[in-house]
Amino acid sequence: MALNAEESGRLAGLLSEHAERVTQRWTEIATGSLRGRLSQAELRRQVQELHRSMVEAGRNGVFDLESESAGELRAVLAELSRGRARQGFTATETAVSVYAVKDVLLELMEADGGDASLRDYVAFSSLVDQMGLFTFESFVRTREGLIADQAEQLLELSTPVVKIWEGVVAVPLVGTLDSARAQVVMERLLQTLVDTGSPYAIIDITGVPAVDTQVAQHILKTVVAARLMGADCIISGIRPQIAQTIVALGIEFGDIATKASLADALRHVLRLSGAANARRPPRRES
Amino acid sequence: MERVPVLKIGDILLVSIQLDMSDQTAIQLQDDLAERIVATGCHGVIIDITALDIVDSFVGRMLSTIASISKVLDAETVVVGMRPAVAITLVELGLSLNGIRTALNVERGMELIAATRPDDQGYDVDDEADDETTATT
Repeated sequence: MALNAEESGRLAGLLSEHAERVTQRWTEIATGSLRGRLSQAELRRQVQELHRSMVEAGRNGVFDLESESAGELRAVLAELSRGRARQGFTATETAVSVYAVKDVLLELMEADGGDASLRDYVAFSSLVDQMGLFTFESFVRTREGLIADQAEQLLELSTPVVKIWEGVVAVPLVGTLDSARAQVVMERLLQTLVDTGSPYAIIDITGVPAVDTQVAQHILKTVVAARLMGADCIISGIRPQIAQTIVALGIEFGDIATKASLADALRHVLRLSGAANARRPPRRES
Repeated sequence: MERVPVLKIGDILLVSIQLDMSDQTAIQLQDDLAERIVATGCHGVIIDITALDIVDSFVGRMLSTIASISKVLDAETVVVGMRPAVAITLVELGLSLNGIRTALNVERGMELIAATRPDDQGYDVDDEADDETTATT
C-alpha cells in the first residue's frame, strides 16, 4: 500500500507544482457533495491544510499512512473527521471530501501524459483510499464517543429519588429500564432509604414505555432488596396497557402493593404509616 | 474466643454485630441469646448488622435460626441496619431471608416491636417481674 520514495516524490511534486489549481478543484468537488452546509472559506481552509500535510509527507520520502512521517497528515485527517462528526455530517460526506483529491490528480495526470502515469495513479489512489478509511474510522470513533457520553448523561439525569412526604421517597422511572439503569436505580434508592431513614418507597413506572419480564424482574429485585433493609415498596403508575401486558406475561407481583397512580400510592402509604402510628402505644415515662 | 455482647434495653435485647462472624461465634451467639431471652423474659430481639460488610449464606442462615429460636421463646426478632450493598448482594444471590423481619435502623426496629405487641404495654400482671426490671435498671 505504501508509496516508494520515487512515487511519493512525484506525488509531492505534482501537488506542490499545481498547488493553487489542486486546492481550487478539490474544494469545488468537495463542495458539491456537502450541499452548502459548510462555508466555502471553511472548506478551503481544511483542503489547504490537507494539501499541505500531504506534500509534507510526500517530501519526507517513503509515504505510508501508518509511518511516523505521516503523523501530521493523520492528525489533520482525524481533526477533519472529528469536526464533521460533531457538525452532523454523514460518514460518506466526510469521506468524499478526501476522495475528491483523486479526481483532481486524474485531471492533472491526464494533462501531463507520460507512460508511468497509470501506474502512479493506481499507487496514489490506493493511498487516498487508505486516507479515506482512516477518516471513516476517526469519524466512527468520534460518534461512538458521543453516544457513550450521552448514555452516561442519560443514566445520571434520569434516575432521581425524591422525598415526597416525611418518611416517603419516590422514584419516578422514565424511559426504558435496562440492566445498567436498573442497577443504578436500585443503588440510589437503597442509599436514599438509608440516608433519609424512610420506611416507605414508591416506584412510579408511568414513564416506562413497556414492561416485559426482564423489567419486572429488575423492579422485583429492587423491592426485595428494600424489604431486606426494612423498607416497604409500592409500585404505582401502572397504565392500562401495562396492566394487560403484566397479566398476559404471567408476571406475579406477589404481596407487593400496586397502585394505578402516584396519588393512590401516597394515600396508601399515609394510611399505613398512620395506622402504625396509631397502633404505637404512648411511651410510658418511668 | 470473641463473643458478641447481648444488651438489654427495656423489654428488648439488642445484639450489635461488630465483627466478622465465624462458625464458633455464631453458635455461641445463638446459645447466649436463647439463655438471655429465657433469663430476662424479653419479648423482642433486635440484631443490628450495620457494621457487617458481608452477609453470606452462612450468616443468613444464622439470622434465620436465631429468628426461629426467638419465635419459639415468644420473642420477635428484627434485623436492622442492613447496608444497600449487602441487600443487593443477597438479592442477586437469591437469598431473601424469609421469615425475618427487617427495619432501617434500631429506632425503627424498636417501634416495630412495640407495634406488634401493643397489648403488653401498661399491663402488669406479675409484680415480681416488675420489681426485677426496676432492680436491674
